[in-house]
Amino acid sequence: MATTKLGFIVQRPPYKSENPKLALTHAIATQSVEVYLNEGDMVTADIAFIGDGVLNCKKDQKAMDYYGLTSTDQHIKMALLVDINIWVCKEDLEKFGLSEDDLVLDAEEFGADMTVNVVPYSEISKKMEEMNHLLFF
Amino acid sequence: MGKLTIGCFASLVGSLNLDFAVKLSAAAIEKGHTVDLWVSGNGTMLSIKDQRPFKDYSHLEKPLKELMAKGLTVTACEACAEARGYNKDVTMEGFKRHSMDWYLASTFDADRVLHIGGE
Repeated sequence: MATTKLGFIVQRPPYKSENPKLALTHAIATQSVEVYLNEGDMVTADIAFIGDGVLNCKKDQKAMDYYGLTSTDQHIKMALLVDINIWVCKEDLEKFGLSEDDLVLDAEEFGADMTVNVVPYSEISKKMEEMNHLLFF
Repeated sequence: MGKLTIGCFASLVGSLNLDFAVKLSAAAIEKGHTVDLWVSGNGTMLSIKDQRPFKDYSHLEKPLKELMAKGLTVTACEACAEARGYNKDVTMEGFKRHSMDWYLASTFDADRVLHIGGE
């Protein structure tokens, strides 16, 4: 029995590229990874939004209304629903004049227990040191 | 010998990221390592067969087939490919198609994971 920890680091803003969405969809795919592994083995994904990537966490995005596409905040809610740890860099958020009040912080409406954590970069850096592999998006 | 898992999300045409990923795969296989190459997003363009080798555009079908013959496992994200109309009929022989969890599973026993970004 073993666990491989993947750290997904999202640095790019939403909708300018596919990267943030791919980070989220790949991370969510950890939910079905067991079908390829031996019993007891696991792959986990934690996601950190830093730099321009913090903009992905803005709440009430309207991508569905305007483009008919699932918005990034909805993907974040799905990630919370499947118990993925999500960290947002506090300092980078402040650089955009944003606060926790501007972010999607939970997915209570779907029954998710997890919440988005706004933390200093030093804490994200510490968490990433615990990962086996880092994937930058 | 080790195992290398490479994920690449960049398109075949537009950057040299896929060229780099394939060259890196070749170098690793040459040294006796095992390589899993995963393409997702626009990177799934790599899976299309009958690439015409113009000199102005990257064309990786030939080296890719040679590498597959040497043991390279190359897999495309099925949903990403289908979303772009790259269906099974236009996929080159030997190119696998799976859901995203295949990539994550490949990282499980990889000695190194290299993620080469998208556009």
